[in-house]
Amino acid sequence: MSTTERRQAVRIEGLTVAYRRRGRLLRVLDDVSLSIGAGEAYGLVGESGCGKTTVAMSLMRYLPDNAVVESGRVLFGDEDVLTASPSTLRAWRGNRMAMVYQDPGTALNPSIKVGEQIAEVYRFHRGMNRSEALAAAVEMLSTVQISAPDGVARRYPHELSGGQQQRIMFAMALATDPDLLVLDEPTTGLDATVEAEVLDLVEQLRAQFDTSILFVSHNLGIVARVCERVGVLYAGRLIEEGPATELFRDPRHPYTLALLRCMPRMGMRKDTDRLDPIPGSLPPIGADIAGCVYAERCPIARDRCRAEPPPVEPVGPGHGSRCFYHEEVPAIPVRTRASDEVAPAAVPDGVLLKLDECVKSYGSGGNQVTAVAGVDLEVGHGEVLGLVGESGSGKTSLAKCIVGLLDPSAGTIAFDSSDVTSARRPREARRRLQMVFQNPDNALNPSHSVRTILRRSLELLAGVRGRDRQDEQMDDLARSVRLEPRHLDVRPSALSGGLKQRVAIARSFAGNPSLVLCDEPTSALDVSVQAAILNLLVELQRREGVSYVFISHDLAVVRYVSDRIAVMYLGQIVDVGPADAVFQPPHHPYTEALLSAIPTLDPEAKTRMKLHGTLPSPSDPPSGCRFHTRCPRFLGDVCVNVEPPWQATADGERYRCHIEPGELARLQADQEPDTTGV
Amino acid sequence: MSTVDEQGVAGDFPGGAAAQVDVRRLRRQRRAELFAALRRSKTFLIGMAILIFWVVSALAWRWIVRDPQAVDPAATLASPSGDHWFGTDNLGRDVLARVIAGAAPVLTVAPLATLLGIAGGTTLGLVTGYYRGWIDDVFSRIVDALLAFPLIILAVLVLASLGREPRNVILVIGIIFTPLIARTVRSSVLVEREREYVAAARLRGERGPRIMAVEILPNISGPILVEATIRLGYAIFAAATLAFLGLGIQDPSPDWGLAIANGRAYLQIAWWMVLFPATALATLVVGVNLVADGLRRAIEE
Repeated sequence: MSTTERRQAVRIEGLTVAYRRRGRLLRVLDDVSLSIGAGEAYGLVGESGCGKTTVAMSLMRYLPDNAVVESGRVLFGDEDVLTASPSTLRAWRGNRMAMVYQDPGTALNPSIKVGEQIAEVYRFHRGMNRSEALAAAVEMLSTVQISAPDGVARRYPHELSGGQQQRIMFAMALATDPDLLVLDEPTTGLDATVEAEVLDLVEQLRAQFDTSILFVSHNLGIVARVCERVGVLYAGRLIEEGPATELFRDPRHPYTLALLRCMPRMGMRKDTDRLDPIPGSLPPIGADIAGCVYAERCPIARDRCRAEPPPVEPVGPGHGSRCFYHEEVPAIPVRTRASDEVAPAAVPDGVLLKLDECVKSYGSGGNQVTAVAGVDLEVGHGEVLGLVGESGSGKTSLAKCIVGLLDPSAGTIAFDSSDVTSARRPREARRRLQMVFQNPDNALNPSHSVRTILRRSLELLAGVRGRDRQDEQMDDLARSVRLEPRHLDVRPSALSGGLKQRVAIARSFAGNPSLVLCDEPTSALDVSVQAAILNLLVELQRREGVSYVFISHDLAVVRYVSDRIAVMYLGQIVDVGPADAVFQPPHHPYTEALLSAIPTLDPEAKTRMKLHGTLPSPSDPPSGCRFHTRCPRFLGDVCVNVEPPWQATADGERYRCHIEPGELARLQADQEPDTTGV
Repeated sequence: MSTVDEQGVAGDFPGGAAAQVDVRRLRRQRRAELFAALRRSKTFLIGMAILIFWVVSALAWRWIVRDPQAVDPAATLASPSGDHWFGTDNLGRDVLARVIAGAAPVLTVAPLATLLGIAGGTTLGLVTGYYRGWIDDVFSRIVDALLAFPLIILAVLVLASLGREPRNVILVIGIIFTPLIARTVRSSVLVEREREYVAAARLRGERGPRIMAVEILPNISGPILVEATIRLGYAIFAAATLAFLGLGIQDPSPDWGLAIANGRAYLQIAWWMVLFPATALATLVVGVNLVADGLRRAIEE
């Protein structure tokens, strides 16, 4: 359905917004126009800093005090939100528009029961009395698919899981039956399985409520799944807009194309494919750009692009692109050249790291929480082992035991046949076992310059003494992660996220490590930066012959970099084997559920397997198979009472389940979405 | 070095030579921002003006006012007049001169005591916060016990037994401040030690003392600076209290606490002997607190 046939629920016209910072106006949105039809889901995508949230906040008129609307209107019917009186606005915010935020944990009042919080909306906007409102709240809870809504209504937010909290937020937003629902990254920070639940809910609610949705996200896969139309924001300008399927299949703006190409798609492998990062970087906020905002990074930019801003060029029905040369976009070649591959370093055969019944528990007495519950694991020389699992599955605790930041409670860790179980380990072992942390902002000391950080690592890990020799080696080290000399003398805060992560990587490689633990090294980065960092990690691994333990919640990323994959659930490894084998049936039902939770750009993706309930508490793990409380292939008493055996498949994978490989393969062949194709 | 994904890397760089200027400028800008925030803060400016006035008085009273020890037997307990703006005391000494010169002893004792407390408290806070465990437990119990005990009585006891030299006053105030400051520092350390740069330092084999001094300390300097200014206010007050009780600085020093104690006997006939030194004390404490407040807000910004 095209938007012209549809009644428009909301229309943004020429919206230009600036932020006042130290007396200067920095423009963050420039002439953004879009409209959302009644009952339509509109996705707004872009990298951080492109103005997505400002658009969402403008719709609600929740802009911060230093924001200045320079021009433009936000129209509901023919009334402008931006000029409405405060009382009108208050009424509208309940009845016409509602918003769901990124972090449900902080958006709910922790000291009021959730039922009351939802009831408050009914009392305020519908004038219901206390008991009516509470009844309506309970009904709304069942609408957002909360099981046992009566009980949940009487709980406090902290007693609910992240997924449940986000459902409460949806219940509050929908309580007044708004015309427009603004979702600002509603699933960021949630686990993949919970994210899938929330997205299912969004789809189901759309069918039920006929509400228009503005879905703001940096994740193209999610937007492709939920939305009918998509707008791509770049540096405050809407550079392409069109029907979701068409836009992702046939992008007509060089930026959209580049964004799609730099994502590791399911089935991409480091051995065969290189990721294609976007050159250059986002122009600074408030930059005065005469021509096309993307011209500096665009492979097909010409003089005209730098001189005049391109208008919206129609590409197809409902599909427009702000590019003079949109017809050439499909022909832009992939930039990376597989022929430039570095020759892989020679690596000895055999096992580098061996974990035997490794256990890590916290607390004592009745309060004991076992984060790692008996893990056997091997990592070979020059091998990349991917470690996946939901948050709370014990991945990070395991990594910290391996690297020597925590002492395991039981079991042994052997590294290159010497024992490193204790966190007090010889210098040599420490040098050879390093870690790259998740958040580079946190992992680099903000008070030290990059040079100081690297110098100290060279001194302690590589044993380089003397300033001159250190500086010499530092240049090599910096060059190997493609930092330029000018980046060395600044503090981390002056660097972009990607550059910070390069510094962190350089630091861990200072002493020629044998094994580097990468704990979600790209999850804090934008996709285009992620591509560059993944390429760097792959290249370093190949050239230095190091092994990685690569932790990530993004299965496409794990698949891309890993040779072998281990899946963790509640402190145990439930599935381990060669990457391809783990991603193909037969595999553990938990792996199956994780895989089917991934939102893909493929519009024909099959139905998804749902995971019920939440992760049980690791302080009181379920009996028998730990996964039986949520398992979609639950057999019965045997799962509850008997700990499952390891099963081995023909392709070298092992998993812990009562179902035999042959039987499991048959079951999973029926439902498995195609995730193995290239 | 191969050229693999050279452009990809550029993808990450803030681009070109302009960026270099940018990062340098950014760094300078951050410091400039703090100063700008302080300059914008009326609280800070007023506090600083008061503080500077007293510091100048403490350093240069010799050249500003007449001799504070000069006795004028002809004009004892003279009320404020054109000759003696703030009147004279029971010995005929000029109150204005004594108030101005009285800034010197208090601004010697209080900052030194604060410095001592900050040095001790920071060390103790770093050690207990970083190592936790039994060191932390033992220390926390000691602080609890200490705080249950009226600190002024402790000071009185110590000064009575050790002697009343200014050195001992500094020592007593500094030592009493140490656990209090240590608690503030410890709570900052507890937050900081969980950050990953500390883990990274441990991974490369740094020893505890170096992690505390080189990695953590620079990142908690803001809270320590704020704590120091707040403590300075308390130290001024503590020094004045001890002098008032006759346990601190002795006659004929023009110290304010001492002056208030002396003037107390003449309060009904010569209010100026108490009012002016008391006001001086109050303005200095308020001034220091205003500075602390402004500083705290600027750092938080």
